[in-house]
Amino acid sequence: MANFAHRLKVENDINTDYVISGRYKFNIQDPQELAKHIFEDLEPDFAKKIKPGDFLVAGDNFGCGSSREQAPVALKASGLRAVLARSYARIFYRNAFNVGFCLIECDTKFIDDMDELELDLSANMVRNVTKCVNINIKPLPYIMRRFLEAGGVIEYFKQKKGFEEFSA
Amino acid sequence: MRHTIAEKILSEHSGRRASAGDIVIANVDFCFGQDGTSGIIIDSFRKLGIDHVFSKDKFCMVIDHSAPSPNMGVSAIHDKMRRFSREYGVRIFDIGCGVCHQLVPETGFVTAGDLVLGADSHTCTYGALGCLATGAGSTDIAVALASGKNWFKVPETIKMTINGKLPRGVYSKDVILNIIGDVGAEGANYKAVEFYGEAIDAMSVDARFTMANMAVEMGAKFGIMEADKKTIAWLKKHSPREPKKYEADGDARYIEIREYEMSGLSPQVARPHTVDNVCGVEEVEGTRIDEVYIGTCTNGRMEDLEIAAKILKGNRVAKGMKLVITPASRDIYLQALKAGMIDVFLDAGAIVNNPGCGPCVGTHQGVLADGENAFSTANRNFKGRMGNPNGNIYLGSPATAAATAIAGKIADPREYGRKLA
Repeated sequence: MANFAHRLKVENDINTDYVISGRYKFNIQDPQELAKHIFEDLEPDFAKKIKPGDFLVAGDNFGCGSSREQAPVALKASGLRAVLARSYARIFYRNAFNVGFCLIECDTKFIDDMDELELDLSANMVRNVTKCVNINIKPLPYIMRRFLEAGGVIEYFKQKKGFEEFSA
Repeated sequence: MRHTIAEKILSEHSGRRASAGDIVIANVDFCFGQDGTSGIIIDSFRKLGIDHVFSKDKFCMVIDHSAPSPNMGVSAIHDKMRRFSREYGVRIFDIGCGVCHQLVPETGFVTAGDLVLGADSHTCTYGALGCLATGAGSTDIAVALASGKNWFKVPETIKMTINGKLPRGVYSKDVILNIIGDVGAEGANYKAVEFYGEAIDAMSVDARFTMANMAVEMGAKFGIMEADKKTIAWLKKHSPREPKKYEADGDARYIEIREYEMSGLSPQVARPHTVDNVCGVEEVEGTRIDEVYIGTCTNGRMEDLEIAAKILKGNRVAKGMKLVITPASRDIYLQALKAGMIDVFLDAGAIVNNPGCGPCVGTHQGVLADGENAFSTANRNFKGRMGNPNGNIYLGSPATAAATAIAGKIADPREYGRKLA
């Protein structure tokens, strides 16, 4: 099954208020319900475009602003496989892997809206099938890989009982 | 050792020598959640399956973002928080107590030298007290609540020296807006920022809170001011805990060093819809404004209300203007009441609502209509922030906000020169 890139009309500094607005974040606790409202203030009906396994593509400083964990939770619940962006804001980056959602750092200028993409984590690559271009991705930091493997930080913490593994 | 403040505090809290780039496991002195983030803290904590918190004195929850509750969904969250508080014997600040970033320092939970994690991105506010304080997600706070620790990557530090004497009518909010406009929303990403200089030295602790509060708006992990005499005096008034002063080594390694000269600074405004879209007030003067909001964790403190009261005294807001004023805590509200400020606000035509986040985050108490322009002393102006994506938000200082409320359009507070002396 093919998976596609989705771009918003805004490239950089996409903040978490845009990912999920305060008026939903404070009111709704069900991830599936939240997922219906992602990016509503930027582009109504954006959520409807997402098919399971698709990718969100952006530029710099994705996820800046509020620390709301509902942001990566909603993105994960929408069916997105991962976000591909040039850089991320730190709280959002941490939150995403904490909830088991994958963020990829790479140059995204060769990815347009609705390009077909394949993510190959083991080869540290994203293949743009539509443009026949391979894009190198920054390898996931060790901590992030471990959280992703476990399914999130809670699962990791329950298994390992602490983070001693990470401090040299 | 060539260490910055962040390196020193993280070294001390992890029991090892920590330099920028290292991963450390550090003890957390205090952590907390608010009513937007505590729901997930509670869920995550329960999933961890640990039956007690690491320390009842080092955690609290605050109901501030939607206080009192505007609807059933929010009430369910508030109810969940109260139940958790009773079950685990942890402190909850219920409706009307105030904003978390005023309550936490005001109540004395944090002091200089601490490492603080908050489930709110503006936790960086307490960096003004000479501690490391930063925002994280709810689950990170749940982990800290269960274990008393978390993992941290030691950040690089940017040293910013703010020189000059601020002109009358120009305040710390203008300084930080100017800096954010300069470095950009990503300019300090993942970094600690140490603030120095005569302009900082001259600021009150309230004014320093304003600056540290907005460090996250340039992507910073920590926004720190060395604890000086003013800080220690403030801490003595509020906290029984022993402050620990940290100074960067004389030869500390900084990733970037910036110097600013602020003697000629004009009042600054962040235009819709990003915080780094900053200009001098001259460029936006005359823009029609429908709602002015004075308050929030950025500018809802006594000094902020005092400045607003000086300008508003004897004046009325413009016809059709909605002016909402929110003291940042019950304590501040009472002080303002005793000082006659609430009278001034009400006489001017303002509404003064209960301590909390007010209209800032768009859940209640001042949602914008389509096409309305707001002028706010908050820290964010993203599209939809005040509850309507078809509204426009300008950010500025309490002085500019008060002048604007009177004029009905963005106005220069320096025109109230003598009143502000």
